[in-house]
Amino acid sequence: MTGVERIQAVFARARAEQRAVFMPYQAMGYPDRAATLEIIRTLGDTGAELFEIGIPHSDPLADGPTIQTATYTALTQGTTVADCLAMTRELRAAGMTQPFCAMTYYNPLFAYGVQRFVADAVASGIDGLIVPDLPPEESEELEAACRAAGLATIYLLAPTSTEARIRFVAGHCTGFIYLVSVTGITGARTELPPDLAAFIARVRKHTDLPLAVGFGIGDGAQAAAVAQIAEGVIVGSALVKAATGEGGLARVAALGAELAAGVKRAR
Amino acid sequence: MAVSPAPQPKLNYAAWPDEAGHFGPYGGKFVPETLMPALDELEEVYLKAKSDKEFQAELSFLLRTFVGRPTPITYARRLTEHFGGPRIYIKREDLAHTGAHKINNALGQALLMKRKMAKTRIVAETGAGQHGVATATAAAMLGIECVVYMGTVDMARQEPNVYRMRLLGTEVRGVESGSKTLKDAINDAIRDWVTNVRTTHYLLGSALGPHPYPAMVRDFQSVIGREAIRQMLDPVDGPGRLPDAIVACVGGGSNAIGIFHPFLEYESVRLIGVEAGGRGIEGGEHAARFADPKLGRLGVLQGTKSYVMQDADGQIALTHSISAGLDYASVGPEHAWLRDQGRTEYTYATDEAALEGVKLLSRMEGIIPALESAHAIAHLVELAPQMGKDEVILVNLSGRGDKDLGTIMKELGNL
Repeated sequence: MTGVERIQAVFARARAEQRAVFMPYQAMGYPDRAATLEIIRTLGDTGAELFEIGIPHSDPLADGPTIQTATYTALTQGTTVADCLAMTRELRAAGMTQPFCAMTYYNPLFAYGVQRFVADAVASGIDGLIVPDLPPEESEELEAACRAAGLATIYLLAPTSTEARIRFVAGHCTGFIYLVSVTGITGARTELPPDLAAFIARVRKHTDLPLAVGFGIGDGAQAAAVAQIAEGVIVGSALVKAATGEGGLARVAALGAELAAGVKRAR
Repeated sequence: MAVSPAPQPKLNYAAWPDEAGHFGPYGGKFVPETLMPALDELEEVYLKAKSDKEFQAELSFLLRTFVGRPTPITYARRLTEHFGGPRIYIKREDLAHTGAHKINNALGQALLMKRKMAKTRIVAETGAGQHGVATATAAAMLGIECVVYMGTVDMARQEPNVYRMRLLGTEVRGVESGSKTLKDAINDAIRDWVTNVRTTHYLLGSALGPHPYPAMVRDFQSVIGREAIRQMLDPVDGPGRLPDAIVACVGGGSNAIGIFHPFLEYESVRLIGVEAGGRGIEGGEHAARFADPKLGRLGVLQGTKSYVMQDADGQIALTHSISAGLDYASVGPEHAWLRDQGRTEYTYATDEAALEGVKLLSRMEGIIPALESAHAIAHLVELAPQMGKDEVILVNLSGRGDKDLGTIMKELGNL
């Protein structure tokens, strides 16, 4: 099975069970290496069905303060791109089967070497790539390498995307499409944007791919609300915040369970 | 006035970038999707404005009556005698309103927003504070709400400029992330733009960032080179001929591309950019992207592909320069491309050499240069002895040094 097929299978199963997919983001190497592995395993046990594997970058311009601080900490602790891939290999060796989508900015990937990164990612159990500062226009080489290797290319759409761009970007996505819920950067918010349903409907007109919504989702109620109108619910900053400080793993487990229950309660 | 020599270009430089904003392998648009529609709109508006007579007339009116353009060229008689070689002329961007070339672009973009876009707010980044002051000035004059992001390290070393911006009614927001300098200020300005893109224009200050910024900023700054051609050819105020070499400092590279671009087609004119050599190339504490193959490699930073100082893992390296305006990890994509074509060349000057440049120009010519511009002056020490008495050098003096007095006093001590 290719990465694309593994991702498709997760969404197909959820559709058959008339529910959405809980998709947490983990900043690799934060709070530290051991905790990263434990968090991913714990979230996997509490109902996460797809992971975003956050490879840290020094200049994360789409991220809010929470993820900025976490990825900066991971970098100062010496986390490299190769370390992140080694961690996913370890998780696969330990028996985790949920799809992993690497999420990073373009420069670390470009410096690693596009062809080499795709080959090593596949060998490390990565199933798809999300690169927020790489629109399809600039992605020819990466996309070709991913197609050949069966890796999903997941691009982002935003509330500001025009109809023409929605069609164009959707045409380059495999696996699912990442919808940015708000006009803004990552970070938990107290309320979901009022125009989210309309945005999802606008995208839906142009694609049959599953739609996963991220940015700003922080609790079970919000997760449940999103799960009613989208196929995937992505949570990052709220989990990163929960993992910060003493007793982090227990807080992550509790929030993960709340989010997973919220996602599955819907419909 | 002398007759302009016929240009003999090898390449049609004016045709670049291509439609996707690429200069060969450089440039492009590497930004989050949220911004893509805004960049498309900006490109459309800017291309229309380029040939919009009314817009261009208003811009040139403001450049004349508000900025004080054209800025003169000054014959540096004593400096010329000091080196005993080529005649040295100085393009006086330090005499533009607000004290640097930055106002050319700030006013251009602010006017573009005011007249052609349904936006009401400007965000900008600043390093040395010159772009911040220029933007705050244009915003005040045109009545636009303005927020400037500035690293807290830069706020400390450019304190008078922080106060100037606030006096002009701009909100200055300190940036505490990363190295707390220009790169981090750009990150936060982009984050603000992503969040407020429907109402806000990002007034980027250098020939950097995603397309169309490198081309648009270049076009607004090319007024420097267009004036310089005319002034150099004038036999009374100038030498009555084109220069043999032009020297300009290069951070992001907007003053350099501004003076270089109109000269590109005159292949006999050497175009020399001077990067910040900081404490020297060996230790890695510098911002000389082209001079250090260990750190400066092809990469993507803040929307554009160019030479980027980075570690082996693609993390952006911390840079150092005594001048906040040159203290940046990447360089405008057009510079990287022109260098590949062999049309432009790049060298560097260290902090120490730049300080000597400050002293030299102050004492020889009665002009206190900005620390950024002093890097170009510093290169004369190397360049002038290689050139003949019958040759001519033109230096772009991008800004004046008043803002740097604190740093200069600390470094040079009692005189």
